[in-house]
Amino acid sequence: MPRGDLSDQSADLSALQPVLDVQNLKTVFKTRSGEVHAVNSVSFDVKPGELLGVVGESGSGKSVTMMSLIGLLPSPPADVKDGRVIFDGVDLLKADAKTLRSVRGGKIGFVFQDPMTSLNPVFTVGFQIAEPLRKHMGLGKRAARARSVELLELVGIPDAARRLSDYPHQFSGGMRQRVMIAIALACDPKVLIADEPTTALDVTIQAQILELIKDLRQKLGMAIIWITHDLGVIAGIADRVVVMYGGQIVEQAPVKELFGNPQHPYTRALLETIPSVRGPREDKLNVIEGQPPIMGAAPTACPFRARCSFRHDRCDRENPVRRTVGPGHDAACFHEFSHGA
Amino acid sequence: MFNFTIRRLILTIPTLLFISFVIFLIVKLSPSDPTGNLPLTIPAEVREQIREALGVNQPLIVQYLKWLQQFFWIEPLIYLENATGWDLGAGDATRLISYQTRSPVMDLIMQRMPQTLWVVGTAYVVGILIALPIGVISAYKQYSVFDQVGTFVSMVGFSVPPFFSGVVVIVLFSVIIPSDSFFWLPSIYDTTHRVTDWDSFVYQFRQMIMPVMVLALQITAQISRFTRASMLDNLNQDYVRTARAKGLRERTVVLLHVLRNSMIPVVTVIALGIPSIFGGAIITEQVFKVNGLGQLLILSIQGGDVPTVQTLTFIFAILIVLFNLIADILYGLLDPRIRYD
Ligand SMILES: Nc1ncnc2c1ncn2[C@@H]1O[C@H](COP(=O)(O)OP(=O)(O)O)[C@@H](O)[C@H]1O
Ligand SMILES: [Mg+2]
Repeated sequence: MPRGDLSDQSADLSALQPVLDVQNLKTVFKTRSGEVHAVNSVSFDVKPGELLGVVGESGSGKSVTMMSLIGLLPSPPADVKDGRVIFDGVDLLKADAKTLRSVRGGKIGFVFQDPMTSLNPVFTVGFQIAEPLRKHMGLGKRAARARSVELLELVGIPDAARRLSDYPHQFSGGMRQRVMIAIALACDPKVLIADEPTTALDVTIQAQILELIKDLRQKLGMAIIWITHDLGVIAGIADRVVVMYGGQIVEQAPVKELFGNPQHPYTRALLETIPSVRGPREDKLNVIEGQPPIMGAAPTACPFRARCSFRHDRCDRENPVRRTVGPGHDAACFHEFSHGA
Repeated sequence: MFNFTIRRLILTIPTLLFISFVIFLIVKLSPSDPTGNLPLTIPAEVREQIREALGVNQPLIVQYLKWLQQFFWIEPLIYLENATGWDLGAGDATRLISYQTRSPVMDLIMQRMPQTLWVVGTAYVVGILIALPIGVISAYKQYSVFDQVGTFVSMVGFSVPPFFSGVVVIVLFSVIIPSDSFFWLPSIYDTTHRVTDWDSFVYQFRQMIMPVMVLALQITAQISRFTRASMLDNLNQDYVRTARAKGLRERTVVLLHVLRNSMIPVVTVIALGIPSIFGGAIITEQVFKVNGLGQLLILSIQGGDVPTVQTLTFIFAILIVLFNLIADILYGLLDPRIRYD
């Protein structure tokens, strides 16, 4: 599916049936020091071919949300308590282990944060790429090898055929992340979930990986969920953005709308923390004062209230639900910001 | 790897020479008289002649060099002659003679080797075969009932010395249980017993049960704990999450990805423990009257049999050095990240 200008597309995207539809997802960890409500009633969807950005400070529940979707969290301590995850007409939370395994690595590909530790050190890269191919596509040894070479070339690894017999430690960090992407894309997934795939890499490599993903998206047309704590990255690639805080989605909007007209105090604060290259140099980096909360119980008040400068009395009594504030745009805040302010 | 092996092999020569010298000195300097066990009726001048004949009045360095020559040159030559039937001129050289029995030390060792290898070697194999699955399951089901029981049994295995557990099983199976019962087991290991038919095989099997059980308990405790710790280390690694995200079966994840990594240190520990098969069972051999190498060592120490003690100790030292080298090589073979060259 060739794509044109992204912002033009976001309008017709909303008419499409979502490829992945998450409703009211709740995940609780039972630890010795009590419960941690890491994900609280999270709902979002992804349209075919869409790139959904998920932002939030670390600890806001981004990874736990994505791992809950396809049962990747060890249980105990994790307990996915509630919600529905509709993918391909099936609720993944109710699916049996076999169905779930066929989705994982088959129709939903995963790329993780740390490429240095995410590959198994004792198996060759060729073996690790071939695993999902043999498992989900039933390829034989030679076919799997041919496809592996193709995949490595696709993600821009030079001399692909020879490198199949190399071990992960023989690759640099950026190259290893390319291998991870090749593994995730091996079976032509409908959705690629990338959990902070560039966070562990240095800046120039980050840019290369971003370019690669943009390019792959153009070629393959899968939907992508891109998790990051960096709004700057999201601005360049996403169609739509979901902002998470304290295990909840606090705002959701098309990318231009979110940057132009943020409606949640947390989003506004995040936008202010992006240092600007142009304009006068500021003496101090903007930071959001305070710490993100660790949710010991299901929230009964706004999780952001302690750090919020628009706090109302109501914020202590009630947890705001997301309300529509613009076209395709909703925010979970009682405060009404004037448009464009 | 090949160069590394050669280099390490060459390095073992000075190591072994040093060890041999230390062993020689320690045994020589101990206040023991080779004629001390002879009848008191032997007059002093005859004793002196015996000492002279044994060579103990020569300068220490001469005695040391003679011992080395006998150990490294004459004894191997004699074995070569016996094996091939060639005449290499070793026939009339003086061999290493035991003070106590007046027979060549090497012959004594060769006579006793099979018993030790059978009993202790079987215990080692049995111990490992039991320990590996226990270690894997207790790690995978950490804190389960299985794991708790495993921990308890390992504690017992670690803390109860074989001279105690040995006596306990003897009291249980040879004394309390009547000797006509099916469960009765012989408490003395009969080394003259030959396996010729089914019945004699069953007897051999029965007489091995108790010593093997006592030794295997210790080995199982050690290796299963080690396997468990190594598995736990690896189960939390990122690559395990990657393997699950590929949609692999849990069995493949654990028994291929995790186990393959966990075995690297375990195999090393197993290799390092092999020399103890030859020497470590000293106490157990004593308890069950197995006339193996351990018992030979104890009898020789008690009898002031310097050549035998020296030679046995040195053989144990050689085995330890050798298996250290083997462990290093195995490590390099199992872990692709290690390159010695
Ligand atoms: N295994 C676990 N046990 C207990 N709490 C956990 C566990 N994993 C994650 N959490 C908690 O869940 C919350 C969300 O974590 P995470 O989703 O990793 O955040 P991020 O947005 O940085 O990806 C955090 O407060 C974290 O402490
Ligand atoms: Mg995370």
